[in-house]
Amino acid sequence: MRQAVGAVLRKDLQLELRAPQAVPAMALFSVTTLVVFHFALQRNTVEGELAAGVLSVTLLFAAMLGISRLFVAEREEGGFDAFLLAPVDRTALLVAKALALLCFLVAVEVVLVPAFALLLLGPGLDAGTVAQLAGLLLLVDAGIAVVGTLVSAIAVQTRTRDLLVPLLGLPLLIPVVIGLARGATPLFLEAGAEALPGRWLLVLALYDLTFGLLAYALFDYLVED
Amino acid sequence: MRALPALTAITLTSGFGLAFFYAPMDADQGFMQKIFYVHVPLGIVALCGFVLGGIMGIQHLRTGDRRYDLRSYVAIHLSLILGVGVLLTGSIWAKASWGAWWVWDEPTLVSFLIVFLLYACYQPLRFSIEDPEKQARYASVFAVTAGAFVPLNFIAVRLAQAVIHPRVFATADGGLPAKMQLAFTVCLLGMALLYVTLWRYEMAAKQASWSLRSLKRRLGGDEAVAARGRSAAPSLPVT
Repeated sequence: MRQAVGAVLRKDLQLELRAPQAVPAMALFSVTTLVVFHFALQRNTVEGELAAGVLSVTLLFAAMLGISRLFVAEREEGGFDAFLLAPVDRTALLVAKALALLCFLVAVEVVLVPAFALLLLGPGLDAGTVAQLAGLLLLVDAGIAVVGTLVSAIAVQTRTRDLLVPLLGLPLLIPVVIGLARGATPLFLEAGAEALPGRWLLVLALYDLTFGLLAYALFDYLVED
Repeated sequence: MRALPALTAITLTSGFGLAFFYAPMDADQGFMQKIFYVHVPLGIVALCGFVLGGIMGIQHLRTGDRRYDLRSYVAIHLSLILGVGVLLTGSIWAKASWGAWWVWDEPTLVSFLIVFLLYACYQPLRFSIEDPEKQARYASVFAVTAGAFVPLNFIAVRLAQAVIHPRVFATADGGLPAKMQLAFTVCLLGMALLYVTLWRYEMAAKQASWSLRSLKRRLGGDEAVAARGRSAAPSLPVT
């Protein structure tokens, strides 16, 4: 299992390193979205709830781009068939793909968060706030990665792949948005960052756990043929 | 099968009769509060239907029996129709008691909208997968995921309300006077019976059209049956 996960993950990361496709597109999209927010909200700086909202929406929409591309190579180049021929557990594909998406999301955030702080965020970020934000984002990323992999695996087999990913993914990810927006609001307050409310970390962890187990149980049925 | 529609009609009628003539007028909202006896049972039955669709989805994945897929489809299909009713009656009630067609600080209503939007993708998802066997499998995976999402979503949205809205009826079991409680219970029972009745009718209709197809095929050979177009509705293998 570990070997299979490692092999698929290595393949995905190597593909992305040799011919970067998903991560640059997501990163560029997220920075462009920040510019769009500047004009749409007609604000030079944002703080508090508005800042948390802008960050959540940007991250979520950027993630949708990566999610809809996640299994395209497998589908078009016959990777699914090759994987089914190999004597390995099918769940390995889920774990590897979710980890790959997690890596992509972290890479996007490395660009997104500094760009956000530079372009739009009113109050500055100190080291403590950044650490808390990183912890929160990691839980958010885990949720997006698990649900995104599941949605992507469903949508890639349909004729309307690119339409279905946001339609299925966005409602399923609403609890993650609530957690991120509520959790990040105290970090971006004008008067100075307050501590991250632990309740939202707990909600996000519960969400990640539930959908992790669910995806683990259901994924086998998505790669049969 | 005959007794069920009659029982449904009697229970629903007596439930609404109790709601109008037996249950006391709400001191605060007056006559408008009567919509509660339609709106809340509709919502509860619709949500239970969604979860039922998920349970049937699990059964389908475990056994591979396509009849469970049909049951899951019918359950979700009916719940979607009831869901439209929930959102409409909820809107009317919100307008009457809070003065706006939509209020964001009512967590139950907001959660219901999210669930409804998610399930609205169920039919498009089915429609965009051509192979019937694969369609059934993917639809079941969706039904299970979404069924588990229903309670989780309600928890998350409820937590997100910083200030809990002053609730007129604390909860169905808490602050309701006994007379209202009785009327509400009968209405809920009637609505559940209505769901079961409609469910059985739709199942019977689907099964009858399949039997007809396979009889036609047996009589006139393959060319007697027109090729089935792409469809969101599940199909059983023709025997």
